[in-house]
Amino acid sequence: MTTERARISLSVAPAYTGSELLAVMSARLLKDGQTVFAGVGIPLLAAILAQKTHAPGLTILFEGGVIGPFVEAGKLPPSTNEQRCSRRANMLVSITEVLLLLQRGYVDVGFMGGAQIDRFGNLNSSFIGDAENPKIRLPGTGGGNDIASLADMIVAMKHEKRRFVEKVDFITSPGFIDGGDTRAQAGLPAGGMFRVVTDLGILGFAAESRAMTVLALHPGVSAADIKANTGFDLPVPDDVEVTPAPTLGELAILRELDPEQLYTA
Amino acid sequence: MTIPSYLELRRKTRERDRSLRDKVMSLEEAAALVADGDSLAIGGCTASRTPMAMIWALIRAGRRDLEVSRSIVSTEGDLLYASGVSRHIITSWFSQGIVWGVSKVMRAYTETRRARFEEWSHMAMGLRYRAGAMGVPFMPMRSMLGSGVLDRTEGAKAMECPFTGETLLLVPALNPEVAIIHVQRCDAYGNAQIDGLTFMDIDMAMAANKVILTTERIVSNEQIRRHPDQTKIGFFTVDAVVEVPFGSAPHECYGLYEPFYSHMDLYAQMTSKDPDMGAQAYLDRFYHEPKNWADYLGRIGMAELLDAQRRGSGIYDD
Repeated sequence: MTTERARISLSVAPAYTGSELLAVMSARLLKDGQTVFAGVGIPLLAAILAQKTHAPGLTILFEGGVIGPFVEAGKLPPSTNEQRCSRRANMLVSITEVLLLLQRGYVDVGFMGGAQIDRFGNLNSSFIGDAENPKIRLPGTGGGNDIASLADMIVAMKHEKRRFVEKVDFITSPGFIDGGDTRAQAGLPAGGMFRVVTDLGILGFAAESRAMTVLALHPGVSAADIKANTGFDLPVPDDVEVTPAPTLGELAILRELDPEQLYTA
Repeated sequence: MTIPSYLELRRKTRERDRSLRDKVMSLEEAAALVADGDSLAIGGCTASRTPMAMIWALIRAGRRDLEVSRSIVSTEGDLLYASGVSRHIITSWFSQGIVWGVSKVMRAYTETRRARFEEWSHMAMGLRYRAGAMGVPFMPMRSMLGSGVLDRTEGAKAMECPFTGETLLLVPALNPEVAIIHVQRCDAYGNAQIDGLTFMDIDMAMAANKVILTTERIVSNEQIRRHPDQTKIGFFTVDAVVEVPFGSAPHECYGLYEPFYSHMDLYAQMTSKDPDMGAQAYLDRFYHEPKNWADYLGRIGMAELLDAQRRGSGIYDD
C-alpha cells in the first residue's frame, strides 16, 4: 500500500479540504437524468457540481418546494427554503407537494448530510445522549426522515469515531433499522441506504444483513485508518478499490460555486 | 393531544364574519386577536416570509403560553421561548440555519426542560395542516414509521390499511386557533398574492380558525380582480390585514429582500456565549425599546436594509 507516502503528501500540502473531497466523491455517484432530493450544504454543492460536469440533465429538488433549479455560483442558499434555491427553477410548489413526490416515487436519490450514523445506516440529527435528558438537543429531522423513509439514500458526512457508532442514540431518519428486513417490517417497503460518502471512503450495505461495509477508500487512506475512525467493526475487503483523487477541474467548479467557503471550509 | 370535534370546528367558522369587508388594522389591534394559551401557526419557513412584525407585536404585548407550530423554526423560535410567549413549539427543524450551527437559545431552553420542542417530520407537519384544511381528523402517510421521531410524538397512530393490508401512519389534523402569515401584497379584504415559495401557508390559512395577514403592501381589490388566479389565500379565511413594510426583517421576503445576513450574524454572536442573557439583551434592544416598527428597522440599520433589498430583487434578473 502507498498509504504512508500519500498521508504525508496530504498533510504537507493538502490540495483540497475534507469537505471538498466529500462534495466531489458524492457528486460522482449521481447519474445524468436522475431526480435527486438534496439537502443544504455538501449535498446541494455536490448536486450542482454533478450538474456542471457529468450530469447536466440532473433534476434537483429542494424541500422548500423547488423543482429543477440552476443555483447561481457564489449565491448558495443558507437553507433549502430561501429564494436563492429557486433560481431558474422549472416549477415552485408547496413544501407538502414536493415531499409528496418522494412518497409517489418520483425521486431516484435522496441526498443529505448526517450528524451520527450506525452500522445499519440509521441517522440521528435529534439528540446526543438520552432523548429524555439529552446532552445536546440537535435541530431535528426537517425533511430528513421523509427523504430517508421514501428514497434510496446517499449520505455525505465526516468520518469520525463519535459519528460512526454501533447504535445511534436516536433514529431520526431510518436506514435499515436493525438490519435484515426490519425496515420493510416497520412499514417502509421502499428506499433505504445506498451509499455513505465520507472523507475516508465510500461505504455501502451488505445485501442480506444490511450492515455497513467499505466499497472504496480515498487516495492515501488505509483499511486501518477507516477502521480506527469507526465505532463498530467495519469490514474492509482485501481487494478494496481506491477512488481517483478529485481533479483540478472539479475543484475549480466547487471553488467558483462557493468562493466564500460557506460549505467547503 | 385532542382533535377538536368536527361540529365545533364548523361552528367556529360559521360564527366568523366572512363577508367581503375592510379588515385593515394596526399590529397592536391584530395582536389583541390572539389570546394567552392559543394555538398559533406561523407561516413561511426557516428564514423566509416569517411574519416577524406580528411576532414582534405578540412579544411586546406580553402574550403567554402559546402552543406554536411551524414548518421549520429559526430565530423567531428562540425569541418566542426567551420572551415566554411560547414554551411549546411543534416543528420539524429548529435552529437559526445550517450556516450558523445549532441554536444556542433553543438548546438552553430545551436541555434544561424550560421549553418543549415537539418534533414531527416535515411531511407530517404539512399533512397535519392539510388534514386541518380538509376538515378531516387525520391524513395517512408512509414516513416516520420505524423512527424515534414517531415514538416521541403524541397522537400519530400506525394502522393496517383496510384496502392493501400495508402499515400506514395516520397523523392528526392541526387546526390552529390563529395563523399569522406574511405576504408580498393583499387587498383590504385579505385576498393575498404570494410570490415565490408558498411553503405550508395555503393549507395553514384554510386550517386555522382565525387568520392574521401582514403584508408588505395593501393593493386595491380591483388590482386583485385583474389576476384572481394569483390569489393564494382567499378573503373568506382572513380576519385581519396589517400593512408592514419589511415585515419579515431580518428574514427574507421573496423577490423583495433576502435575509439580513450581517444582522443574523449579530444575533448569533449575541446569543452564543450566554444564550439566556444574550436573548434578553436582543429582546430589549430590538423588541422592547423601539418606539415602533420603523424604529425597529432603524436599529437594524439602513445599510443592512438596502443591502438585503438589493440582493432580494436580484432573483428576477436574467
